[in-house]
Amino acid sequence: MSNNNDIKNRLKTFITETFLVGNENESLNDSDSFMQTGIIDSTGVLELASFIEQEYKFTIEDDEMTPGNLDSINNLANFISRKIG
Amino acid sequence: MTQGLTSQKGAIFLNFSKDSLKIDAARVSEELITEIRNQVRGTLKKSGAVVGISGGLDSSVVLALCARALGPERVVGVMMPERDSSPDSRTLAQNLADKFGVETVVEDITAGLEGTGCYRRRDEAIRQVFAEYDPITYKNKITIPTNILEKETFNFFNLTIENSKGETKTRRMPPSAYLKIVAASNFKQRLRMTTLYYQAEKRNYAVAGTGNKDEHCQGFFVKYGDGGADLKPIAHLFKVQVYQLAEYLGVPDEIIGRIPTTDTYSAGSTQEEFFFGLDFYRMDMLWHAMENNVPADEAARVLNLTTQQVERGFVNIQRKIDATEYLRMAPLEIEHQ
Repeated sequence: MSNNNDIKNRLKTFITETFLVGNENESLNDSDSFMQTGIIDSTGVLELASFIEQEYKFTIEDDEMTPGNLDSINNLANFISRKIG
Repeated sequence: MTQGLTSQKGAIFLNFSKDSLKIDAARVSEELITEIRNQVRGTLKKSGAVVGISGGLDSSVVLALCARALGPERVVGVMMPERDSSPDSRTLAQNLADKFGVETVVEDITAGLEGTGCYRRRDEAIRQVFAEYDPITYKNKITIPTNILEKETFNFFNLTIENSKGETKTRRMPPSAYLKIVAASNFKQRLRMTTLYYQAEKRNYAVAGTGNKDEHCQGFFVKYGDGGADLKPIAHLFKVQVYQLAEYLGVPDEIIGRIPTTDTYSAGSTQEEFFFGLDFYRMDMLWHAMENNVPADEAARVLNLTTQQVERGFVNIQRKIDATEYLRMAPLEIEHQ
């Protein structure tokens, strides 16, 4: 069972490697909005959702594809924690 | 273009109203006609123009403007149907060209697209999502959420297939399938572009692009596909303004009344469900308000929306503009010191 910090670390690694092209100098805080910072576009949302589904073995329903669930490291970690119980 | 308004960032916006995007269609048409003539004959040094016509609103307006600017005998309307095109498109486009006295050429690009593997590659990607997909018995389309004012949502892409009974299945796409479907489908716009340049170059004509502001600035075009043209005479006009020009120029009613589609996906994906996620009037008005610093609560009052809905609209439009900036960029070069 992953705890919230493990989830955040895993997400940060994925987002840095996938969307920041490995540039760890570009800072990403846990509360930064992906949409407002422009880190993730419409293709990126599909990549993020696909990664979470494969990594944590659950399906994200369309009505769960909201900023409240997916738009920051904090939101994602809380969403994943709720889903995997 | 819009009377009584200032478009400078930071300026106080005085009079945003339901009519803010109304134009004097006669005056705007005359300005565009003069500009097209100057660009084609003066700047580009070409003898005429070719226009890809699909039976849609934008290409109809550009054809009508070019015919008025250059003379109908110096304009060619090129119809480029392919396997997935609506059968109505060709009839509507021919009627349009007849009305404006413009010569037409029909270039069926289906065989060319088969040569590029467009259909095969696209169908392989669709079967990644729906294993049962067969292009003979199913139609397909890509859609995004269209409730963007009601709920904060990401612009993610769903794939829908429809069988001969009209039964549909929709599923969010994995990124690899989405990217491959779009990449394969983009052969259509890019082959149309090369076909237009063939028709133009053999006559020493220019290629007139047909994209409007909604498409150009939000990135609803294919780079080096329908985005590839010598002049883009309506790229600064909102769709709701193009409608006004169409009526003034006498574009046939059956074209003006037609729901805008991508004419790319066999199940007839509308532009609203494929890309914009919002009807043209509200999108254009929200965008116009955003560009002119109209406060969200004032825009909400005029458009009969809530402030929150307006703010969601602003965010959605700005996000698309930002995300598609690279489509409007010229190739990047290394600057030597």
